[in-house]
Amino acid sequence: MNELRTILGDVVTRLFTDLVTKDLLESAERGEWPAALWQAVEENGLTLPLVAESKGGAGGTWDDAFVVIRAAGRHAVPLPLAETIVGSWLLSGAGLDVPSGPLTIAPARRDDSLRLVRAGSSWELRGSAARVPWGGAAEHVVVVAEAEGRPMVALAARGAVVTRDQNLAREPRDTLVFEGSPVAAAPAARGVPANAVWLYGALARSAQMAGGLDYLLRQASQYATERRQFGKPIGSFQVIQQNLAVLAGHTAAAGTAAANAFRAADRGDAAFEIAAAKVRVGEAVGVGASIAHQTHGAIGFTYEHALQFVTRRLWSWRAEFGGEGDWAVELGRAVAERGADALWPHLTAR
Amino acid sequence: MQTFHFELGELPPAAEALRAEVREFLRRELGDTPPVLRAHSWGGFDRAFSKKMGARGWIAMTWPKRYGGHERSALERYVVLEEMLAAGAPVSAHWIADRQSGPLLLRFGTEAQRQKFLPAIARGELSFAIGMSEPDSGSDLASLRTRAERVPGGYRVNGTKVWTSNAHLADYMIATFRTHHDPTKKHEGLTQFLVDTKLPGITMSPIIDLAGSHHFNMVVFEDAFVPEDMRVGEEGAGWRQVTTELAFERSGPERYLSSFALVLELIRAVSKDPGERAAATVGRLVAHLTTLRQMSLSVALMLEAGENPNLEAAVVKDVGTTFEQEVPEVVHALLGLEPTIDSGSDLQQVLGFLMQRAPSFSLRGGTREILRGIIARGLGLR
Repeated sequence: MNELRTILGDVVTRLFTDLVTKDLLESAERGEWPAALWQAVEENGLTLPLVAESKGGAGGTWDDAFVVIRAAGRHAVPLPLAETIVGSWLLSGAGLDVPSGPLTIAPARRDDSLRLVRAGSSWELRGSAARVPWGGAAEHVVVVAEAEGRPMVALAARGAVVTRDQNLAREPRDTLVFEGSPVAAAPAARGVPANAVWLYGALARSAQMAGGLDYLLRQASQYATERRQFGKPIGSFQVIQQNLAVLAGHTAAAGTAAANAFRAADRGDAAFEIAAAKVRVGEAVGVGASIAHQTHGAIGFTYEHALQFVTRRLWSWRAEFGGEGDWAVELGRAVAERGADALWPHLTAR
Repeated sequence: MQTFHFELGELPPAAEALRAEVREFLRRELGDTPPVLRAHSWGGFDRAFSKKMGARGWIAMTWPKRYGGHERSALERYVVLEEMLAAGAPVSAHWIADRQSGPLLLRFGTEAQRQKFLPAIARGELSFAIGMSEPDSGSDLASLRTRAERVPGGYRVNGTKVWTSNAHLADYMIATFRTHHDPTKKHEGLTQFLVDTKLPGITMSPIIDLAGSHHFNMVVFEDAFVPEDMRVGEEGAGWRQVTTELAFERSGPERYLSSFALVLELIRAVSKDPGERAAATVGRLVAHLTTLRQMSLSVALMLEAGENPNLEAAVVKDVGTTFEQEVPEVVHALLGLEPTIDSGSDLQQVLGFLMQRAPSFSLRGGTREILRGIIARGLGLR
């Protein structure tokens, strides 16, 4: 791990440990925007790891962004941090200015499409996008849409109409309606496809989930050494040990799959690795959340215990930007099209 | 709690250049070998093939040149291994010697032992088996009882080894015997030996596996004489030596590729026009495969860097063998084809072979339960 990443890792861990408290998570769930947390994250330079230093960013790589997004998942950070990182990357790649403040990305569902229409010398955005993460809280929305035969990136002020909704962790997932809003737009960077929001949204969720699993493994292992029944720590029972070893295996696989996708994003075409990561990490989440709860017994099923801040996020993130089924079909079709004999050369070339 | 780290790494250009050479060799050597034979993976025993590997310099790749090795990196060796496994090459005649017995002699053997055995192993001419398990010592390996008593010039051995794979084909085995007995200290008093499989006093009989194949053996020692100079390492150092061996055994590509031939046949069968269900099944398997390859490679890189990734190796083997065992299961769930022995399609035969072979994946090289115990220790639970 290089120096920048080590420093980044220390900064995010310290910051999130200090500021993302149970009280803060509870107030975020009641709909309060954690302004002080956002300010601290922005001031520490965590929101723009992929934006050039000359434009006010950190000038880093996807590998650096992975450290931040994974930590955000581990601490259940109630902010559109992953969305801001992806959004600012799209904007700067297209040569557009990156505004300060929280960003979100749209469309968040595969079947929603936003239309970018030329209006004289500028552009307008039309259409609606449902379940946009932090749609009502973000100050700007970054959209990727195909216009005039090529992928374009657009920066819109928040949509005129917002219908509020939320995911299982009560994170905002709002519907935004654009009725000809004027937007800044420019062709996307080379290699960024028209479905970039869907693709890189899945990438971001993979890292958040890998982080969430890190938390589950650490928390469940610690609980098993503290909680005593039958006169000894429950972690001394082989059945608990075996379950936690399974959780450890899924956590390790999830971290590897997500890291691999971020590395591929630095190289360019990452569609294969992102699909593989969303499938593998999502599956790990299903097993992992179940084992973590089983280990904690009834106390882990309460709102009082912090475990649920992470598990409820994992259950939603798993489905956002495509579930395992969606991505497995996509991956499977690509593999089948290349044929059996191409599989091994393809795997070893990645 | 110990933290796992699976840092991603890159194979060096020299390793990637070697890959093309290995593929070309395999294309020529394996030709139209049927899928069901390729599915034997590292189970196929073929001395002629092993000699060709030796001539190419693809055995003993990392060993010093003075012992017939080639002083190449562990990562170049990793590339050769994964290419052999992915192609289903019959590597069994040299696999154990290259992976375990040779490295054991390099670390703990005498100079005379190294001179005598290592160059022949490197040429692909000497095949090894491993004598560890006994009728009453499986997972509880330290309880083993086969005795080696000191006699003038060497040791007299009495006892029984079981599940000794390919002992009937191998030239030598590395066997672990008890040289000292203290019931309160069972990890002490174990010693490793080089045993010529043709020694008087050794009787072998086959243990036929559930599919009717012979690779396991029962090896009975009755007053077999093993000369002093065939002891490996110090008397009583056996346990430490054995555990070192196992760490290297657990993370290799053979721990996730055992069912690769079935994944390929599945893709062949559905590739014309995969429906959604078939595509999802293939996609999920490939997501697991590519992740496992990165995990296994990550451990190889740690080994190359001189780290001690025992815990990570146990994780790779547990996750990898779980995947290997799942492949026949999901192929059945998707297609419901009848598994066969030697009739029907290639897919059916490979399915039939692996369905019957799969239970062994989480037994050999440390059972799933033992590995998970090791992982739990890493988590601070024991």
